[in-house]
Amino acid sequence: MDIYLPIAGLSVNALVIVLLGGVVGLLTGMIGVGGGFLTTPILIFYGIPPAVAVASATTQITGTSVSGVLAHRRRKGVDYRMGAVIIAGGLFGAGAGGVIFRLLQKTGQIDTVINLLYVLLLGSIGVLMAKESATALDIIRPRGGRAPKPPKRHNPLIASLPMRWRFYASGLYISPLAPLLLGFVGGMLTVLLGVGGGFIMVPAMIYVLGMSAQVVVGTSLLQILFVTAATTLIHATTTKSVDVVLAGLLLLGSVIGAQFGARFAQKAKPELLRMFLAIVILGVALRMAIGLGWRPEEIYTVQLL
Amino acid sequence: MRGVPRALLLLAAAGLTLGAAKPRLVPDVSQSRIEIRYQFTGVELLLFGAILYPGGRAPAEQADIVVVVKGPVQPLVVREKQKVAGIWMNVESARFRSAPSFYAVASSRPLPRLVDDRAAAIYELGLRNLQLSPGPGSSPDVQRRFESGLVELMARRGLYVEDPKGVEITEGVLYRAHIRIPAQVPVGNYTAETFLIKDGRVLAGATRDIRIEKLGFERWVAQAANRWALAYGVVAVGLSLLLGWGAATLFRRR
Repeated sequence: MDIYLPIAGLSVNALVIVLLGGVVGLLTGMIGVGGGFLTTPILIFYGIPPAVAVASATTQITGTSVSGVLAHRRRKGVDYRMGAVIIAGGLFGAGAGGVIFRLLQKTGQIDTVINLLYVLLLGSIGVLMAKESATALDIIRPRGGRAPKPPKRHNPLIASLPMRWRFYASGLYISPLAPLLLGFVGGMLTVLLGVGGGFIMVPAMIYVLGMSAQVVVGTSLLQILFVTAATTLIHATTTKSVDVVLAGLLLLGSVIGAQFGARFAQKAKPELLRMFLAIVILGVALRMAIGLGWRPEEIYTVQLL
Repeated sequence: MRGVPRALLLLAAAGLTLGAAKPRLVPDVSQSRIEIRYQFTGVELLLFGAILYPGGRAPAEQADIVVVVKGPVQPLVVREKQKVAGIWMNVESARFRSAPSFYAVASSRPLPRLVDDRAAAIYELGLRNLQLSPGPGSSPDVQRRFESGLVELMARRGLYVEDPKGVEITEGVLYRAHIRIPAQVPVGNYTAETFLIKDGRVLAGATRDIRIEKLGFERWVAQAANRWALAYGVVAVGLSLLLGWGAATLFRRR
């Protein structure tokens, strides 16, 4: 069934888009990542203009993160104070990202930068995740056979920052500057890459900030909810490339997929899920790396003035 | 639209040079208004008409017909990728001030056999003869490279089409051509030009206007996104919140 997308200006098969949303939603429910890192590249492969793909995927992530936030709120798994600080940073980051986006668009380097960032981020995170889950599944053994050092809870660099606040739910007494900066980076990535940034924020909250694990996913989802909503507004008013029809189709699939994914997650082994996600991430990274190094089919690109 | 007055000028010029005993074209299109609705996947346009010869009789030697459908012109930048440190990235670029957003030409015989280069350039017949108005500051060689790059890219997207056998002529007086308008064309005023060509000369020309516009919900969405950008964004966010929340509550009850 073909449907015309009014902003993208072309017609797509509605079922394909709903299905794509469904698969991404399944991943979201199962593993807790927003899935923007999958949606955006796949939409671009499908022929949607990159700007529209980035903007509309952002809108979709807002919808998928709602149910996650609600679920975690019931379990008291959200640190609102920490969330507010990170969101504040995220809003600044989104604003800065918007400026960078337009600058790169003007010089024609936006596609290369987006691809490079994807390769670097997804590649490194995929490798880390694959290693970690393989160790947990006993596929590979940690080097030397001895138990890995327990990670230090408090990063000395962050502990040295001035002006400390107490974050009760996270069990932290640190300077708000650190989460503010983290939020800034996350917000920038949201605008540039059309991702929620959960796949960066979650590890950073655990290993860099040292937040307690129960509140990490819920707080990250809260941040994603607000920052993607703000990003949608930024895209709507500056690049005008939010396609409501495209976002709606994606949402239709993903909100339902997310619910099924959440049920499926309770039955499956989390290590297996993480291994699976690592393979998917590495696949996407590899595809994009090949795209950068291979002679592209189209040497020329056109941009309207 | 720049295409219309130019075509009228051509018509007038054709009339002046040919004197009284000139053939005339009576063209028409199957749709003078194309509406983009939610299931729009493009449209097949039929361009047809009659050649009226003075005296009502077709000459023994048949003339040829060329039809051109042109979309609104737009300024654009063409960028060229080169390999830099193992990565293909945009390096050089060229500006064109008036590239047609859509250009389809169909003829009863291959164009090079119908007209010489000069006539082809004047009437913009064929993908090699588009008047793209390149920006200043680059050598003709570079310009030609970027021009062919642009044409190739647009052709691959189905936006620039050349069909050397797309016009059928029956009995020497009736002609028709099918031209496909793909879904990704921009909206705006299009022109359908028809030329009657014999011995390398354009004997007659005629133009019809075609308007492509979004209608109904599609038009409303596109307008809202432009005019009420902030409200549009708020609605988009609201929609996603509602859908997410709706699915969550729906599934929790079960």
